[in-house]
Amino acid sequence: MDIQYVYTKKRNQLGRPTNFSDRPAEILAEIIPNLNLLQEFIYRDPVEIGVQNSIQLSEHEVNTIRYNTESKGINHTEGGWPKDVNIQEQDQINRFRKKIEKDEFYLNSLYRLIHDLEIDIKQNNAIDIHQIYFQNKIDDYDEPFNIKTINLYTYNSNINQMANHISWQPDGQRKIAVSYCNFDFNPIIMNTIDSLVWDIENPNKPELILKPNSSLSTVEFNQKDTYQILAGCLNGQVCIFDLRKGNTPVEQSLIEYSHRETVRNALWLQSKTGTEFFSAAADGKIYWWDTKKMNQPVDKLVLDLEKKERSQYASAITKLDYDSSIPTKFMVGTEAGRIVLCTRKAKIDTERINVIYPGHSGPIYSIQRHPFFHKTFLSIGDWTLRIWSEEIRDDYIFSTKPSKYYLTDAQWCPGRPGVFISSTTEGSIHVWDLLFKQDQPALTVKLSEEAIACLSFQEQGRYIACGTKNGNVTLMELSDSLCILDRNEKQLVATMFDRETRRTHLLETRSRFKHDKQIRTITLRSEEELNEEISQSTEQFWSIINKEKKKLQDYLKQFEQELNLKEN
Amino acid sequence: MASQNEVDDMIKRIQAAKGVQGLIIIDSEGIPIRTSMDNETTLHYAALISQLTVHAKRVVRELDPSQELEQLRLRSYKHEIIVAPESKYIMIVVQVPEAL
Repeated sequence: MDIQYVYTKKRNQLGRPTNFSDRPAEILAEIIPNLNLLQEFIYRDPVEIGVQNSIQLSEHEVNTIRYNTESKGINHTEGGWPKDVNIQEQDQINRFRKKIEKDEFYLNSLYRLIHDLEIDIKQNNAIDIHQIYFQNKIDDYDEPFNIKTINLYTYNSNINQMANHISWQPDGQRKIAVSYCNFDFNPIIMNTIDSLVWDIENPNKPELILKPNSSLSTVEFNQKDTYQILAGCLNGQVCIFDLRKGNTPVEQSLIEYSHRETVRNALWLQSKTGTEFFSAAADGKIYWWDTKKMNQPVDKLVLDLEKKERSQYASAITKLDYDSSIPTKFMVGTEAGRIVLCTRKAKIDTERINVIYPGHSGPIYSIQRHPFFHKTFLSIGDWTLRIWSEEIRDDYIFSTKPSKYYLTDAQWCPGRPGVFISSTTEGSIHVWDLLFKQDQPALTVKLSEEAIACLSFQEQGRYIACGTKNGNVTLMELSDSLCILDRNEKQLVATMFDRETRRTHLLETRSRFKHDKQIRTITLRSEEELNEEISQSTEQFWSIINKEKKKLQDYLKQFEQELNLKEN
Repeated sequence: MASQNEVDDMIKRIQAAKGVQGLIIIDSEGIPIRTSMDNETTLHYAALISQLTVHAKRVVRELDPSQELEQLRLRSYKHEIIVAPESKYIMIVVQVPEAL
């Protein structure tokens, strides 16, 4: 509705004094509430109000102008010239030089200097005090033997798994393959442990993780094709890995035709194709394989030492040795402690086993032929390390004193002929130098608290890799004195071995002679005499027994009497 | 005491002596004043030897304040460098000793 009030006045009445008067209030307009509109509203119940007592903050982003930095270098070639000389101008330089040369002070000092210098120059021309006096002097200072640890390789998922075999990559020596496997007595549940290939330079991360079906108990690089690794498994299979082709085995032998026990050792054979190898296991059998046809072994040999061709009597094998310089023969070490020399050539198994050496009183953990002298080999078994000569079959030519701890692995040093290394279950390695000391190791190094399971020399003989029971692999470097060959060292070691061989041979012949004589004297005695002897000794035996019995009875009687007396 | 001609003669005599490969005279700032080798080698020698002489002088002075560096000889496989310092100038001779 319109609320308007029009106020009119005539023009000639404008400007007159106003005349105010009172009057009562007058309603000008009235708006009556319309209750129908109430229907369009509802009560709000409950009412929500947000209340907060906090500091008021606000956020704002600003981007500054980019500041450009650049690295630059300055090459300073010439300087020091006084300010008025411009280096580019040659005649200014010459003028400066001439000015100095005219200076009296310069001339005087130069006079003095030249005078002295001339004497020195003439001196030098007279005698050269720095000439080489001794032309071919060899540095033969006695450097003490020393081993330095270079790197320690640990892989966190292989902690507490024993590193039981290490193999160096030939031709290059940059990589080592390590197999991890626990030789527990009765492994009921065992997860497969991965084996690793380490690059020497990188101890933090292995270069390749090999994932076989069952843990590897031995690894060997192929000498001909340096990317192939031969591996023997805990379940008796053998498989081939190729470094270029990934981390699962490229070839694997079928389970039905593999070994029945853990493959303890597998070695490549020297052949034209470079694809043949053989493996030995704790079931006493040696199988020959070809990598081209891995479903069945090519040949097999049951190591039955009684030579009676019964496969139940095969002795479990712990170690193999094959030297590529003698390609037809190989050595086997058994769990019973015997060492056997075998060839592959013969047709029947019994003819393949040639010589059996007495060995040790415990399982043989390492055999190796001497890299320089092929007739001698070392073996490690119980608490001693023994060196044998192939010709002497009954006795060793050299043995170390029994040490306090069981010995686990040994190897000849490829650098020097008289040096070898052995490792113990106490966690230390002993370096022996036969030309230095024969009754004691030349150097003992304690590596870890756990037993050392295996060690392996690099081909040049300077580096050693050791694997311990808790999975650590240590790389060590030998000092020069331990790996550099002296001129007549080979000769000396050869004569030493010869001397020992001759001594053992003489002792052997003497003992054999005595033994023969004894046997002869025994057979000369007739049967009657033997019977008489037997009756005599039985009589003696019974008389002694009866005497003792009587003594005991008397004693018992005496005791009873004393007891009766006491009671009374 | 000495005239320029005399000193020139002496310098020529040294340069002609047996086994001398080069001669450099530098001042205390390292500027080569007289040299018988090419520019680049001269600058190289001047910079390096002047620094070395400062150090050597300090060594001798610190060990015994009454002493002063008289001469410095550097023998390497191929040649010998003889450095003779004075108060303001340094003389460097490079020589290959040709002993009989």
